[in-house]
Amino acid sequence: MGIIHEPGQEGKMKKACLEVKAVTKHFGGLYANDHIDFSVEEGEIVSIIGPNGAGKSTLFNCITGFYPPNSGKVFFFGEEITHRRADTICKMGVARTFQVVQIIGDMTVLENVMTGALLRYGKISHAVKKAEEVLAFTGLGEKKQFLGMALTIADKKRLEVSMALATQPKLLMLDESMAGLTVVELREMIDLIKSIRKNGMTLIVVEHVMEAVMEISDRVVVLNSGKKIMEGSPKEVVRNPDVIQAYLGERYVVGQ
Amino acid sequence: MRKMTFKQICTGVIALIAVGIFPLLTTNTFVQHIMILFFMFGMMGVAWNIMGGYAGMFSFGQVAFFGIGAYTSSFLLITYHVTPWIGLVAGGLVAAGVGAAIGYPCSNLRGHYFAIASIAFGEIVRTHFNNWKLIGAAEGLSLPMLNEGFKNFMFHSSKLPYYYIMLVFLIIALVICYLISTSKIGYYLRAIKESHDVAKVLGVNVVWYRLIAIMISAFLTAVAGTFYAQYILYIDPESVMLLPVSVQIVLISMLGGAGSVMGPVVGAAILIPISEVTRVWLGHKGTGVDMLIYGFLITLISVYQPKGVWGLFTNLGKRAR
Repeated sequence: MGIIHEPGQEGKMKKACLEVKAVTKHFGGLYANDHIDFSVEEGEIVSIIGPNGAGKSTLFNCITGFYPPNSGKVFFFGEEITHRRADTICKMGVARTFQVVQIIGDMTVLENVMTGALLRYGKISHAVKKAEEVLAFTGLGEKKQFLGMALTIADKKRLEVSMALATQPKLLMLDESMAGLTVVELREMIDLIKSIRKNGMTLIVVEHVMEAVMEISDRVVVLNSGKKIMEGSPKEVVRNPDVIQAYLGERYVVGQ
Repeated sequence: MRKMTFKQICTGVIALIAVGIFPLLTTNTFVQHIMILFFMFGMMGVAWNIMGGYAGMFSFGQVAFFGIGAYTSSFLLITYHVTPWIGLVAGGLVAAGVGAAIGYPCSNLRGHYFAIASIAFGEIVRTHFNNWKLIGAAEGLSLPMLNEGFKNFMFHSSKLPYYYIMLVFLIIALVICYLISTSKIGYYLRAIKESHDVAKVLGVNVVWYRLIAIMISAFLTAVAGTFYAQYILYIDPESVMLLPVSVQIVLISMLGGAGSVMGPVVGAAILIPISEVTRVWLGHKGTGVDMLIYGFLITLISVYQPKGVWGLFTNLGKRAR
C-alpha cells in the first residue's frame, strides 16, 4: 500500500489527489449531480453525506467511469479522467466499492482478492501472495477458503474493501461500507479504515452513519438534491443550519 | 490454486489409455462413429464452456462457427485445392473474426439478451449461407474424393484415423480450457460472469476479455466444423447450421457441468450415445425421443445437482476424502 507517512506532516507539499470540477449528470430532467465541485488532497479522508437521492452514488459513478458526466471534468493527480473507461481509471489507481456489495459469489475469499491483485501481477502465484498479504491486513485471513457467497454481510463488505486494496490504488472510494453493520462490526470497519489511511491511502467515503463520519473524516462534503450545499470540517458541518435541515434533523444538534 | 492433484492426473492417464485402445477392441463401426461424435460434441462443449461456463455468455449460436469452419475449409479445398489442414486454421480464423465482429457490438448484452442475440446470429448466418450461390446455397458442398491419407485429411477404409484425430483435437481443446481456467484470463472471465461492474472495479477490460473468450470458442468450434466436413464429406446449411445443434451443445455443457474443464466431456459422453442410439433404433418414428430423454435428465440434474454431473463426481470425491 505504498509509502507510509504521517498525515499532515508534509503540510503545503500535498498535491490534489482528485479534483472534481462542475460535474453535472442528469437523467432526463432529473439533475442527480448539478455542477459539483470539490477536491481531495493526498492522504485525506473526505466524506460525502446527504439524504437518500442526493446524488452521492451518482457522483461516485461519474468519478470512476461508470457513468459519463454530461458536463464538467474530473482530474486524478492532474490528469483528466472524465471520459476514461472504468477499468482504465482503476488501473490508474482509483479503487471503489459499491452500495450493494459486489463480490464474486462462487469464488473463495482468496480467489476474489487474488483476481484484484492480478491487475498488477501477471503470475497467479505472485497475485496469491499479494492477496494473502491484503487479507492478513484486513483480518479476513482465516476465512480465505470460504466461498464469497457464504460470508456475512459485514465480511462481504470487508472482502469488497480487500478486493479494492488488492488493485493497489492511490485513492480508495467506499460507498456505504458501514451501512447495516452491528455496533461491533462498525467499530471494526472504522478501525480498518483508519489503518488503511495510516498506510498513506487517500479516501473518499459515502456514509450515512454519522458517528463514523465524525470520527474518520478530515472534511465533509454535503449534497442535497444533486447540489453541494456545504463543505467543511465535520464539526462545522454538523453545526450548519442548512445541513441540519436537509439531513441531520434537530435531534442531532441537541445531542451535540 | 486449482492445480491438478496426483490422483486426478492418474485418473486422466488411465482414461486416456482406455479411449486410446478402445477402438482396437471393437470392429463395430457404429460404436466407433458414436465415439467420434462424442469427441466432436465434447470439443464443441468445451469451446462453448469457455464462453458460457466461464464468462457467462450463453451462446445459442455456436453452430454458426461450426458451419463457418466446415464451409471455409471445404470451399478452399474444392475451389483452390488447399489442404484441409490449412483450411482448418483458416476456418478457425474466419470464425474468430466473425465472432469478434458480432461480439463487439454485443459487448453490453448479458444473460437472456446475449442468448437471444446469439440465436439471431446463428439464424442470420444460416439464412445467408442457404442463399449464397458461391458456396452452393441450399444444395451444399460435396467434397471431392481424394486419395486416402493424413495429408488430404481423408480416410475411406477405416474410421480409426478420424477417431484418433478427433481425440487429439478434443485433448488440445481440454488443455487450452485448463490453461485458461488456471490463468489470469480464467479468473477475469469468472469475474465478468458474476457482474460487469465487479470486473470493471478490479481493472478488467470487460469488452476485450469477452472478445478473447468468443474468439477462442469460435476457433475451436470451427475446427470441429472442418473435421465434420472431412468426416461426412458433404455439408449443407441444414446439416451444419441448424439451431438444434447449438441447443445440443448448450445442453451437453449444462448437463455435464458448465464452468468446469471436464464437464462438457461428461455431458457429451451421456447425451451423444442416447441421441445416436435412439436415432438409429427408432428411425424417423423416434425423432425427438432423444430430446425427451435429454429433457428428463436435465430436469433431474438441475433440480438435484445444479453444478452438473461433473459436480456430482467432484462432490462424491470430496466426501470420500
